[in-house]
Amino acid sequence: MSTSATNAPSSLSEWLVYWRIDLQLLIALICCAALGLFVLYSASGQSQTMVFNQGIRLGIGLVGMLVIAQIPPEWFRVAAPWVFAFGVFLLVLVIALGDTAMGAQRWLDLGVLRFQPSELMKLAVPLTVAAYFRDRSLPPTMRDVIVAAALIAVPVVLVADQPDLGTALLIAAAGGFALYFAGLRWRVIVLLILLAAAAAPLLWFNMHEYQQGRVLTFLNPARDPTGAGYHISQSKIAIGSGGLFGKGWLNGSQAHLNFLPESDTDFVFAVYAEETGLLGVVALLALYCFIVARGLFIAMKSQDTFQRLAAGSLSLTFFIYVFVNIGMVAGLMPVVGVPLPLISYGGTSMVILLASFGILMSIHTHRKLLAT
Amino acid sequence: MAVDDAIKNHAAERRLFVLRTVVAGAVLCVLVGVLISRVMFLQVWRHGYYETRSQDNRMRVQVMPPVRGLIYDRNGVVLADNLPAYRLEIVPEQVDDMDRTLSRLSRIVEVRAADRDRFFERVAKTPRFRGVPIRLNLSQREVARFEVNRGDFPGVDIRAGLTRHYPLGRVAAHLVGYVGGITAHDLSLVNDKRYRGSNHIGKTGVEYSYESRLHGDPGSRVVETNASGRSLRELEMNRPTAGESLYLTIDARLQSAAFEALGDNDGAVVAIDPATGGVLAIVSKPSYDPDLFVDGISHANYSALVGDLRKPLFNRALQGQYPPGSTVKPVMALAGLETGSIDSQQKVWCPGYITLPGSDHHYRDWKRSGHGWVDMREAIFRSSDVYFYKLALKLGIDNIHRYGEMFGLGERTGVDLPRENSGIMPSRAWKHGNRNLPWYPGETLNTVIGQGFMTTTPIQLAQMVSLIAGRGTSFKPHVLRAARNPGTGKLVKTKPKPLPPIELKDRRHWQVIVDGMRAVVSAPRGTAYHYVGQNLDYTLAGKSGSAQVAGLAQHQAAPDLADVRRQLRDHALFIAFAPIEAPEIAVAVLVEHGGGGSSVAGPIARQVIDAFRSEQPVLQASNTHRP
Repeated sequence: MSTSATNAPSSLSEWLVYWRIDLQLLIALICCAALGLFVLYSASGQSQTMVFNQGIRLGIGLVGMLVIAQIPPEWFRVAAPWVFAFGVFLLVLVIALGDTAMGAQRWLDLGVLRFQPSELMKLAVPLTVAAYFRDRSLPPTMRDVIVAAALIAVPVVLVADQPDLGTALLIAAAGGFALYFAGLRWRVIVLLILLAAAAAPLLWFNMHEYQQGRVLTFLNPARDPTGAGYHISQSKIAIGSGGLFGKGWLNGSQAHLNFLPESDTDFVFAVYAEETGLLGVVALLALYCFIVARGLFIAMKSQDTFQRLAAGSLSLTFFIYVFVNIGMVAGLMPVVGVPLPLISYGGTSMVILLASFGILMSIHTHRKLLAT
Repeated sequence: MAVDDAIKNHAAERRLFVLRTVVAGAVLCVLVGVLISRVMFLQVWRHGYYETRSQDNRMRVQVMPPVRGLIYDRNGVVLADNLPAYRLEIVPEQVDDMDRTLSRLSRIVEVRAADRDRFFERVAKTPRFRGVPIRLNLSQREVARFEVNRGDFPGVDIRAGLTRHYPLGRVAAHLVGYVGGITAHDLSLVNDKRYRGSNHIGKTGVEYSYESRLHGDPGSRVVETNASGRSLRELEMNRPTAGESLYLTIDARLQSAAFEALGDNDGAVVAIDPATGGVLAIVSKPSYDPDLFVDGISHANYSALVGDLRKPLFNRALQGQYPPGSTVKPVMALAGLETGSIDSQQKVWCPGYITLPGSDHHYRDWKRSGHGWVDMREAIFRSSDVYFYKLALKLGIDNIHRYGEMFGLGERTGVDLPRENSGIMPSRAWKHGNRNLPWYPGETLNTVIGQGFMTTTPIQLAQMVSLIAGRGTSFKPHVLRAARNPGTGKLVKTKPKPLPPIELKDRRHWQVIVDGMRAVVSAPRGTAYHYVGQNLDYTLAGKSGSAQVAGLAQHQAAPDLADVRRQLRDHALFIAFAPIEAPEIAVAVLVEHGGGGSSVAGPIARQVIDAFRSEQPVLQASNTHRP
């Protein structure tokens, strides 16, 4: 560290290393975010205000990401349990005195800004699990698995109780991926999947009525074509009518004539698919896959168990966002509130996402040159 | 920490991680494959379907129904009018929960139980994609209230439209007819493309027979709409073509006079202009209010009309088949002259009855005491039955049938109004075909005085008088005088179709029967002299008829129960034309169970002709529109 301060960077690659930037990840993210602004301009009915707001958030997020990249990964490992504990405290606080928005207690009004503690947990949970396994021998013992599972279960239950099933599932997935990379035994994984299938009815009876409605509507969209099924029918019409090459930017009639609800947030993919067609969808998925692949590459290259598990689980979580969102909009799974990463309009989730890429960059650029 | 590090096998951990990453990458590829297949399924395989759905979403074709043509009388008096009205329509196909929609709707506009009942009745009979009115004639307040809440009611819409109104009401109900809601059956009979957006179709009368010309052709407007159904811009526009306006041969003033003249009787009046065949007035009583049917008649009103024993919906002028009685005697007399069966001067002894060889059945004259010696003229104006019985024996049924047919009896006149009946002009062939029995001589006697199997409709009798008035030439009865094309504004007149002329061997024979008919009203012993022939300021020829309804047993006294008596009373008939030299009007009057033809039907015919000849100003001047 001290030597790099004296040796000013002379070439681009040195400069990038100096500022802890992973150029490939950065370009991919900026491409994705820029695409997102174009889609948002169309989906919002050509609202310059919304594009401007989103642009500002993107800027803040990107700057935040680069700032985070400067922090050595060790610091995250040390901070993770504390952030985790603080997050759990906030979740309890939200339940005690949270703001109610859209029928769910998710927000904590901090005076200046309203803050969603569950978003923080998307980062804190995988990092804490990764930190836990840092000093244990892998594959983990049964005792370690149980401890890690408990670390995941506490925030998941609290978030699910808000109720925010989508975020709870994402947190569970993020923690689960860390456990998976730690070497959770295959037979345990199979057993868990079987257990989850067996627990589905139990989950069903513990769901809120609106959640049950979403599942029913997913299974049969004609059940309520003007209500909940309307989202899915209209988004399928939007995607399907896009065809191979799409209707062209700003020409998607489904969104512009207001047939598609929430076209700028959770359902923005439908607008994109309507206007750019299969070609655009494949291009976007390729971009996402590149980002995930880069993340997994960074994980493989990292030198420490914590870094490996953290980078791996954050990358897979990013993919889960993509899969759940597109799967939902395309009618493959029930409607859960998961945004399309870097494209959907919205602040918190994007900032958290970019923060996770900041951690990836930090992990990648703080490698020590090992003599081999 | 150092201790833990010692236990950790870094190389093994790295291998484990690489394996896990490879497996995760593989699963990830499968999941991406799932997403791409799903999107391909939607965008490639099902593209056509979703493309259509998207277009349906975006574009709405609004059908613009045509304005129905108006119906006027010969002087431009409106007989069928269009009035502006707002109605609330529901397209059943677009409503998921009809009961819920209706209960929410009833908080905004008044929906009575009767409206509901009528609505469901019509929904059952209407294709599901077609709007059915739930409320008609909305007030401005209700229109405004609905417009505000319109977004909450998919499939429900306000329609500004025109509704049909019949200013003459019952007076011309059977003639003009009425329009009503379009049923699936109606649609199967017409080109249903023309009826997209229409609510009414002619059900009877002129509205029915000229439906295709009155209706016009719909236009359409393709508009882009947003999700709340608001039209954003017009993409395409085809204006509708209004239906033709019809001008009838009817004289509304005479129609009203005939309606009044019938009074409380059940019966019919048909007046024809012999020079054209144009129907001047055609009335059937009792009548009904045609406005009731326009926007869907309620069940209660409909059952009342159908259940009424006097059958107000039955058009007696066209559908009623009655024995013509003595009104056919002039035609029979002409047959006698033309076939050489009798000479007009020849006197015949009329003792009040006749018997046939081999039978002791008495064929009676209506006048028990008989008429004594009568020649043909006297036989007509005194209406001697025995004279005609004796004539019939010489004529035979074949000649009677032939001459009856010549005057159009037993055949539909083909007037341009629906549901006409043919009546029966019996013959040997008819009886063999229908009864599978030979013709008996006694039946010839019944037929010659318009009884027995013989039945005619009032319009047939009017056509018959018209032929007598025209001395063998006249025109097919019709009600359409002219039609105005709304596009070109051109008035196209109907060309009267001549009837097959009746050529006589001796044209003077016309004079014989016309003289007989004149004497009916003008000779002091004429049957109608007292009832019709007084204070005439024009020349009038007529003939009465009293048609027996039920044959009484030979010496049976009539039952004395009043209503039974009424039911058994003869039908009263009278035919007439005037003036004799240059006839302008030919009239047939029928009064069901009226009793005497001269005393009951005669004065009605006289009133009608008086009204026709008087120079009264046209009524309802404000409603007029001269062609």
